[in-house]
Amino acid sequence: MRPVIPYVTAALLFGLGVYGVLRRRNAVLVLMAVELMLNAVNLILVTADTTVRAVLPHSGQVFALFVIVLAAAEIGVGLAIVLQLYRLRATVAVDDVALTEPPVPARPVGQSAEAAR
Amino acid sequence: MTGLLGAALPAVPLVAGLLGLLLPPAPRHPGGAAGGDRARTAAVTIGVAGAAGALALAVALLVTVDGPTQTSTTWVDIGGLRVTLGVRLDGAAALVAVAVAAVALAVQVYSIGYLRRGPHDDVDVDHRYPPYAAQISLFTGAMLLVVVSGDLIMLLVGWEVMGLCSYLLIAHDRRLAGAPAAAMKAFLVTRVGDVGFLLGIAVLGVSTGSFRIADVLAHDHSGATLTAAGLLLLAGVAGKSAQFPLHTWLPDAMAGPTPISALIHAATMVAAGVYAVTRLYPLFTAAPVTLTVLGVLGAITLLLGALAATAQDDIKRVLAWSTVSQLGYMTGALAVGSPSAALFHLLTHAAFKALLFLAAGAVIHAVGTTLMSEMGGLRRSMPVTFWCTVIGLGALAGVPPLAGFWSKDGVLTVAESAALEGTGPAPSWVGWLVWLAGLLGVAITAWYAGRLLLRAFFGEPRLPLVTPHDPPAVLRWPVLLLAVPAALLGLAGFVGAFADRLRFATVPVAGAEDGLVHVGPALLLPLALLAVGAGLVWVRWQRDRAADPATALGPLRPVFARAFRLDDVQHTLVVRPVRALARLARSGDEVVVDGAVEGSGRAASGLGAGLAALHRAALPRAAAGVLAGALLIGLAAAVLGVTR
Amino acid sequence: MTGADLLLLALGAVAVGAGVLVVTTKQLVRAGLYLVVCLGALAGDYLVLGAELVAWVQVLIYVGAVVVLLLFAVMLTRAPIGASDDLDRPGWPAALIGGGAGLGLSVLLVDAYRWSTVTMPGAGTAERLGEQIFTSWVLPFEVLSVLLLSALVGAVVLSRPDIGRRGDDAEASAGSLTSGGRR
Repeated sequence: MRPVIPYVTAALLFGLGVYGVLRRRNAVLVLMAVELMLNAVNLILVTADTTVRAVLPHSGQVFALFVIVLAAAEIGVGLAIVLQLYRLRATVAVDDVALTEPPVPARPVGQSAEAAR
Repeated sequence: MTGLLGAALPAVPLVAGLLGLLLPPAPRHPGGAAGGDRARTAAVTIGVAGAAGALALAVALLVTVDGPTQTSTTWVDIGGLRVTLGVRLDGAAALVAVAVAAVALAVQVYSIGYLRRGPHDDVDVDHRYPPYAAQISLFTGAMLLVVVSGDLIMLLVGWEVMGLCSYLLIAHDRRLAGAPAAAMKAFLVTRVGDVGFLLGIAVLGVSTGSFRIADVLAHDHSGATLTAAGLLLLAGVAGKSAQFPLHTWLPDAMAGPTPISALIHAATMVAAGVYAVTRLYPLFTAAPVTLTVLGVLGAITLLLGALAATAQDDIKRVLAWSTVSQLGYMTGALAVGSPSAALFHLLTHAAFKALLFLAAGAVIHAVGTTLMSEMGGLRRSMPVTFWCTVIGLGALAGVPPLAGFWSKDGVLTVAESAALEGTGPAPSWVGWLVWLAGLLGVAITAWYAGRLLLRAFFGEPRLPLVTPHDPPAVLRWPVLLLAVPAALLGLAGFVGAFADRLRFATVPVAGAEDGLVHVGPALLLPLALLAVGAGLVWVRWQRDRAADPATALGPLRPVFARAFRLDDVQHTLVVRPVRALARLARSGDEVVVDGAVEGSGRAASGLGAGLAALHRAALPRAAAGVLAGALLIGLAAAVLGVTR
Repeated sequence: MTGADLLLLALGAVAVGAGVLVVTTKQLVRAGLYLVVCLGALAGDYLVLGAELVAWVQVLIYVGAVVVLLLFAVMLTRAPIGASDDLDRPGWPAALIGGGAGLGLSVLLVDAYRWSTVTMPGAGTAERLGEQIFTSWVLPFEVLSVLLLSALVGAVVLSRPDIGRRGDDAEASAGSLTSGGRR
């Protein structure tokens, strides 16, 4: 088995993930690109499990499992944020998230949330 | 005892002035006339009491002082330079002090009536009497400080306080458009001279190691030091005593109230310059160059003032230019080596010029204008003022036996002996200059004095609506009392005690050993010139009684009226370049200095704003930045790892 | 070049190709479907590399849960069916950074491993992994469970605006009360 093949695969996938995160405007697509990066890391971990003789056996695979769990948690929270953003602004374009805006006072937020509902 | 009197002499009016400044300057509201009247009464009391106290002290000093006395106590000692507090008294100082205090008292009393709400005032005019009276007191105190001071620094303090008070008092009448500008001009022009005066004092003090006048006089200065110090001091003297070319402020200072004009012209301010020269006269005799300069300046000033006085229409400006001319006599007398003659003329001039100004004030008070072209025929309606003015003008022109005749003759005699026999400390051509200018000045003075009298008091009234009348008692009595010395002070020159007090023991007086006044055939020449001047104006006036005798001047009249356009010259040579320089400095300050400061501030805030904008980049750019940074760090790590 | 290598090469090519499509396609739903292909190919890679459990978990959680979640999100944000033109922003910095990262990592890894071979260790079965997780890695495992719980709670709070609003209202009324009291 030649480990360079999965390693290069993982590297390319990571690069694609970075590209996607930076290129995409839609928040859901950004999250997908993040998943690509996470999976690239997973692939590296699993491949390293075969090439690196660790003290503890299969720790790479254990880490991959942990990363999968983290990814699940991340996607859950991330999508919740995306949906909330969509509810407030009716858009999921990350360009439109202005960071300079002052924090909206409590009452208008409630009203706009009611309006969205 | 004498020293204590001398110290109290300036202190009394100074304290009175400072007390007066504590009074409320004006009624708080128009209805509160009672409070305003109370403040006014208090101001009158303090002012008159201060001036009267000063006069009493001065008279006491005059009686007690015999021979120069001085007391002093060290005030500060700065690195070998000793500044003392002390007085230096002699007969001349006491006489000048009496003159100052007497004129100040007359002015204080006169002002009570002059600055009152009269028929020519609006109802809501506020004369701000308390600060006015206080400033007069301060002015008097400062002048007395100059008179008695035994230390150059103290003299300078009084000198500068006078400059400040003249500024305040000239600008007193805020209703006149020209008053603030005139005050500013007086302040700035005298300030130019004061810089020289300050430097001159510094040169003398550093050379001596002490500022005490006795030490300065006793010290053996080098010739160059003396010349430099003398010329620098002369700049200050020219500023304060209105000598050419720093005389331009004096006619403009007529914007002040008339009593203030009397004060400035007669007793204080202009007298200070001449007096300061007599105080330091040995230094000047040791450096003849300075006296040469002084003589040339004095001669120019004498003729310039006299010629300018011939064409003025404003009665106060005539008197102002006559002051300039008479100051030329005084500095001329100093230049030809007779401080006694200069001081004698100073004293008589104080008397008759104060009289003339106060009388002119009475005329202005009655007629409501200062222009002679609107007066005329006042002889019948204002007899007291008329006769007082006749005495004053006679003294001014030098009609025997009035005061001005004797003192002016003293000046001319000394100048003549300096010219013909070379007895003066300066070269004999300076004596010639002063003598000829003085003789010519006699004729011109007679001409313009006659013109003033004829235009204002003879002929037909030109303003039929006003009904002039002699002033009320509070204005009349100072004028009447001043008429006495104006008429008789010259005869005091025959009194030995008086002449002795004016003689300077320390000064080798040339050509005046035999008293202040000289009776002899030499008197005939000025008398003849006097008759010529007066006769010319009389003939001219007889030809056309309604016309201004100044029309005889022909094309020269506007030139004389504007004083040879020296104001314009000054404006072109000094004011405009200085303004341009000020604009340059201002724009330099605003553009370069402020620009650098504000520019750096703006650049910093701009940079901050730019960085802040970078920081609050929206999500995509932030992500790109983070990832690019990670990539760069990774690249760096990889490159370093490879090379290592 | 063994069979495993060929398999890895083929699956890698599929995964990279699908990844390219994920980040370049103009259609949102298709992006999700390409992601399924990519993740599936990766799961195949895991199998070839002997990580059985990871491969199945990958299929279950990623393909089964995460992608479905993403597709739901696409639908809930009312993404248009068909191609959208406004999905991307100008791409040269993204291409530069992404390409740099991918190629740079590739170069590093190729430089590190060249064309070497390794012998495969024993397969990562559920038994072996479970032994490791519940002995050596039990503490991170427990921490992860807490993380999952907090992520669950966070997602619920985020997606229910009424929870936050009630709190805000209470705070607002409390604030007005205290300020009134101060007055």
